[in-house]
Amino acid sequence: MAGLATSLGAGAATNSLNQMPDIDTLFLFGSNPTEAHPIVSLYLKEALTNGAKLIVGDPRKTWMAKRADVWLSLNPGSNIALLNGIINVIIENGWEKSEFIAQRTEAFEELKAKVSEYDLDRVEKLTGVARQDIIEAARLYSHAEKAMIVYGLGVTEHQTGTENAMAIANLALVCGQIGRPSTGIMALRGQNNVQGASDLGPLPATLPGYQSVTNPVLREKFEKAWGVKIKDKPGLKSVEMLDECRKGKFKGIFILGEDPAHTDADAKHVQEALAAVEFLVVQDLFHTETTRFADVILPGASFAEKDGTFTNGERRIQRVRQAVTPVAGLAEWQVISRISTLMGYPMPYTHPSEIMNEIASLVPIYGGISYDRLEEKGIQWPCPTKDHPGTTTLYTDLFSRPGGRAIFMALDHQGSGEIPDDQFPYVLITGRIREHYNNGSMTRRSKGIAEIVSQEMVEIHPQDAEALQIINGDWMKVASRRGEVKVRAKVSDRSRVGSVFMTFHHQKVLTNILTSGHRDPITGTPEYKACAVRLEAWRE
Amino acid sequence: MSSPSTMKINGREIEFHKGKTILEVCRENDITVPTLCHDDRLKPYGGCRLCIVEIQGVPRPLASCTTPAEAGMEVTTETPRLTRLRKTVLELLLSNHPNDCMCCEAAGNCGLQTLAYQYGARLDKYPGEQWQLPIRQDNPFITYEPNKCIVCGRCTRICNEVVMAGTISITNRGFEVMPDTAFGKPRSLLNCEFCGQCVSACPTGALTDRKGRGLGRSADVKKVKTTCTYCGTGCNFFLNVKDDRVIRVTSDLSAPVNKGNLCIKGRYGYDFIHHEDRITTPLIKDGDGFREASWDEALELVASKFNSLIAEHGPEKVGGFSSSRCTNEENYLLAKWVRCAVGSNNVDNCARV
Repeated sequence: MAGLATSLGAGAATNSLNQMPDIDTLFLFGSNPTEAHPIVSLYLKEALTNGAKLIVGDPRKTWMAKRADVWLSLNPGSNIALLNGIINVIIENGWEKSEFIAQRTEAFEELKAKVSEYDLDRVEKLTGVARQDIIEAARLYSHAEKAMIVYGLGVTEHQTGTENAMAIANLALVCGQIGRPSTGIMALRGQNNVQGASDLGPLPATLPGYQSVTNPVLREKFEKAWGVKIKDKPGLKSVEMLDECRKGKFKGIFILGEDPAHTDADAKHVQEALAAVEFLVVQDLFHTETTRFADVILPGASFAEKDGTFTNGERRIQRVRQAVTPVAGLAEWQVISRISTLMGYPMPYTHPSEIMNEIASLVPIYGGISYDRLEEKGIQWPCPTKDHPGTTTLYTDLFSRPGGRAIFMALDHQGSGEIPDDQFPYVLITGRIREHYNNGSMTRRSKGIAEIVSQEMVEIHPQDAEALQIINGDWMKVASRRGEVKVRAKVSDRSRVGSVFMTFHHQKVLTNILTSGHRDPITGTPEYKACAVRLEAWRE
Repeated sequence: MSSPSTMKINGREIEFHKGKTILEVCRENDITVPTLCHDDRLKPYGGCRLCIVEIQGVPRPLASCTTPAEAGMEVTTETPRLTRLRKTVLELLLSNHPNDCMCCEAAGNCGLQTLAYQYGARLDKYPGEQWQLPIRQDNPFITYEPNKCIVCGRCTRICNEVVMAGTISITNRGFEVMPDTAFGKPRSLLNCEFCGQCVSACPTGALTDRKGRGLGRSADVKKVKTTCTYCGTGCNFFLNVKDDRVIRVTSDLSAPVNKGNLCIKGRYGYDFIHHEDRITTPLIKDGDGFREASWDEALELVASKFNSLIAEHGPEKVGGFSSSRCTNEENYLLAKWVRCAVGSNNVDNCARV
């Protein structure tokens, strides 16, 4: 999200899901919505039924890729090269929207100079995508009346994730495909409340509502409301806290509803850190890889056991309502309040609606939100005042950067942190399937789901399987520089030659033992989407 | 939007926008017209003929769901002739429908039951041959009772028009016609996504959620509207609660994001809530294992330990990880706790991972 924030001003999807059926050209990039976001995919399917053209950028032959007008099956890690190449084709042909660029953006000349280094010969070589497909994608996207880019974690879960998102913003800005309904950039969010968790300030450099801790005016506003002095320097990111733990320099962590020992890349590294910290408190619904390291485990309450709100991927704040009593008696907001009160900072909340009222008073984009307004349906931020209806389309007249203009970012291809070599010749891509969710702690405990998808499998192209003398269902060893797992093969041409695919839904096969420690230097997001592995048949 | 046209419905002057069907205009104006084959998520179909209305100047009643509204139209939705025709349609449907509402999973949530009651339809008006097909429970999620099917096509249309899964379609001809999978094969991941969209579209008890069968019917449950806990799409649905337990998830057709559509996780991924593996009491490390503790003991330990670490090493050595799985309010509180009770900025969330 840091990528879009840099280019456009806010780290959030620019448009609304229900605008999707009216798209003329859809550019789906690093996203497999029929598996990971099934209900979003219904909107996109409606758009296709209505005649929308479809460009898919994905190394895997997904449901959408099979139906694409242009399928760009790019080499993992070559996103920036591909986008630069497309933009270069657009500019060389004069397909850019000059008026939009002149009125609403800055630094176009820098971008133009940079992408001119990405001629089709070079881009073909870097991405593995044929030149006629790059030209056709450029033509379709730039000539559409309303073109939308929908991207997923295939864009952000690279060491260049932030820059990948900026490259996407570059493309939308060059063609003026932003600031109107059914255009723009939709980032599909993996977890129910990624947007809200970013919005409300559990971030080391910003107070709730993306208000910088280094800004004295904003800091003072919170200091006044909270009655404390706030440190003026950003704190540590989660990965940095874990690094400090390994050095023995970090002493206490409270982990609320997360399982980094399972879902973080390079899981062994994380586990060493959690073992090293002096005092670890973990609150969760179930025992996880992470709770093993805890000094105190606190029971969590599921979404059915508490009141509150989630903010979805289109910035819509919606109610979560308590349906049953918390299994362990308390919900998280009560637990945090009590710990804080016991530590000497009283939090006397009696209901989550009071917390939302406090949020509204401090966070301008949530300024008009209160529970009574969310009764019927949610509201999309920014919603600054009580009579504001919320915002379905961002940037209709101004971008939220200083001066109101978006900025082009000149970017270079870097590739993945780990590239296949003789020792580890395959690329492992990780992701989700429709039936399961993240570490699987919830879906594996839901009747029927565990039954129909009971185990992890590694998806491998028939040609690679033949070379390794593997047939469907055989046990395989997948090894990277960091570890190895034993897993059954699923032979399928969804994966391309040289790449394999695994999920991370099963505790018995910890896929993230394999993934690399390379991270996006800006956000700290691990490179889940590409690491080098070796494959062989498992012989007992 | 173009300027509205006007038409008359039941004598009332009504404004509407071109491109709408008569049924849509009626519903926008709170005029009830009975239907069984209509679903807002689907294209107009005109199958069940219950939504017929009289239009001045047109000799025979027309299906309101497939007839576009036009300026100057005069429509009547209730007349003795319409009532008689609708009753006949219902009685023909009931001629091949089991008379077992008392045991039916869908009782209280069944369009056919509601309309048969409303129109006083008789079960035995047209006695004749009836289907005697077995209940099909060939998968963990969806129960199919073909005898209760009225062949409205909502299940097959939502599967093909909306989900595009192609799992089921109308098979056979004449009296044998019914929705089914290709070759009547059991549902599996090879042919079905198990999204349960067909169940949400079924107006009778032909398709029901298998996991909730026998646990409570529509009238027995409290329906709590909430937002899904899985991906970031933000679907709304109803948790169906009985005796403080979630027994089923049902569609909220008015949901702004998903309009009643759900995927396998949203509709069937709820058993974890009451799973026996849930941690139900605080646990404190004790040797190699953990021992159970009361909330008071655990929270006092947590607070005092954090306080002593802060006193000894400084607030910069303590921090918190928040969660994209928790609510906005909880994320805000954790951010506030680290800044106020701990005194550092060491707070982060898993949004990046």
